[in-house]
Amino acid sequence: MKRSLFGRIWPNATAVVLVVGFVFPVYWMFATAFKPTGDIISENPVWFPTNITFSHFKKAVHADHFWTLVANSVTVTVCSVLFSLLIALFAAFALARMRFRGRRGLVVTFMLAQMAPWEVMIIAIYMIVRDDDMLDSLIPLTVFYTMMVLPLTILTLRGYIAAVPKELEESAMVDGCTRIQAFRKVIFPLLAPGLMATSLFGFITAWNEFPLVLILNKDIEKQTLPLWLSQFQTAFGDDWGATMAASSLFALPILILFIFLQRKAVSGLTDGAVKG
Amino acid sequence: MSVQTQGTDTAGEPAVRKARIPGPPRGAGRDSGSPSRRGATAPYVLLLPALLATLILLGWPLVKNGMLSFQNLNPRQLIQHLTEWNGVDNYKEVLTGSDFWKVVERSVLFTAVNVVLIMLFGTLIGLLLARLGKKMRLTLLVGLVLAWAMPVIAATTVYQWLFAQRYGVVNWVLDKLGWHSMAAHNWMGTQFSTFSVITLLIVWMSIPFVAINLYAATTTIPRELYEAASLDGAGAWQSFTSVTLPFLRPFLYSTTFLEVIWVFKAFPQVFAMNEGGPDRLTETLPVYAYVEGVGNQHFGVGAAISFLTILVLLVITSYYLRMVLKQEEDEL
Repeated sequence: MKRSLFGRIWPNATAVVLVVGFVFPVYWMFATAFKPTGDIISENPVWFPTNITFSHFKKAVHADHFWTLVANSVTVTVCSVLFSLLIALFAAFALARMRFRGRRGLVVTFMLAQMAPWEVMIIAIYMIVRDDDMLDSLIPLTVFYTMMVLPLTILTLRGYIAAVPKELEESAMVDGCTRIQAFRKVIFPLLAPGLMATSLFGFITAWNEFPLVLILNKDIEKQTLPLWLSQFQTAFGDDWGATMAASSLFALPILILFIFLQRKAVSGLTDGAVKG
Repeated sequence: MSVQTQGTDTAGEPAVRKARIPGPPRGAGRDSGSPSRRGATAPYVLLLPALLATLILLGWPLVKNGMLSFQNLNPRQLIQHLTEWNGVDNYKEVLTGSDFWKVVERSVLFTAVNVVLIMLFGTLIGLLLARLGKKMRLTLLVGLVLAWAMPVIAATTVYQWLFAQRYGVVNWVLDKLGWHSMAAHNWMGTQFSTFSVITLLIVWMSIPFVAINLYAATTTIPRELYEAASLDGAGAWQSFTSVTLPFLRPFLYSTTFLEVIWVFKAFPQVFAMNEGGPDRLTETLPVYAYVEGVGNQHFGVGAAISFLTILVLLVITSYYLRMVLKQEEDEL
């Protein structure tokens, strides 16, 4: 009885409130970015942008060094994701498929490494990088970002590799493939969703990284977008239009990647394994 | 992995949970003895790059951090590349000062409040997802994913704008709701209100991870368990406490643990929001280590704070850590 009307309304009503709560900040970011300044600084908020303008985006894009920073961020992110994937593939395969002494210890090591407190080790890293005369360079960033995403990449890929039925690999080897060929031809294609999911995580971590670049790279030409964005508001005063346009530009790649890859990564695995 | 992150910041680890909660047949490697025994060195060769990277890139900073914490390292020594050991002076200075303990207290309280809110609302929303109709569930999922995918710094900037003193939409709403004193409230003016905004930001960013994964976990609960419970005469609440909750317990433990780590280490949210202000009153341990060590150029003292921060983190998480290590031993 109680469930009938009341029981159906309250979950949906709660859900509506929650959707608004979770979406609103994201919506407000994009909405502000498209509103003329007069609509942004108005005594009553303009809820829907009606006079759409692109001037804030122009201002953000034409800000000094913007494209250099985009290039820096993309380079550092893509390189560190690729490096960590490459290193992790070997390690994950060994951990998922082979039995050897010290395996358990290694898994635990990577688990602990996954919790590494990078945020508080920045002083030590600063000293190391300075002693190697590598301040204001993209190389240390790439190297450390690779390490930041490596443990999780290994552990995740291990799970994905372990989930591929062993029989597939074995039958390929019966058919005359070497172990390496079997891996390349059978497991690797099935791993595509796993690789996507793990690179998504790596991408987000590296794209977002803030404390290290904050301390290592003082030269604006060698900084990345998060640092630039955190200083944008200071540089532009209270120009919220431009700040929100810059935020939108920074967030957009991740939002798109996330929405696309999230679904693929999850459903792909089971599909692939069953069909294979 | 803040970004959680987690960011790592907080951040997007759908795959991990996906891969780890349902427990993929990890034991699959168990019977693969024959091929690997032939090439007994193969696994070590495959693992070498990962191991070297970990030792050098993670191990060395940790060791270096320990070494720096026993050095007198200020701008003078830094510029002249001097190494002056000063024993436990840095630790003495940090531990006897009142600042450090205040920051520890603040960090622990901050972490506790955030994690409780995240776990409570994350769990409730996860359970709500399981009860909703298909369309509504999808809508809510999309909303959660949007919040989840927002990069930390972008989200922080947006929250600064939402809570801006002038023209900020939050103040406008509060004013319209009749709370007129909030019309031009400066949220960054006091410790409490700055922390409120940071907490709201972190909770908003972190709930989706908990909610979505908890929902995914509930879908794996076998229906028969509920049928059996209802045959035994269990009501809705009883079947929740006797079936749902025990089934989700391992998941809730591990998620709480992850959130504790992520929130405790949260740097960009706290730092970018107001740089630890006003009057350094919102500095949590990582921010405090940064401001003392880098900002005020007491690198040695900063390193000591970092080391103590890691210790505090280990103490907070030790209970769960022990559980994980034991569990991993059982599974392998």
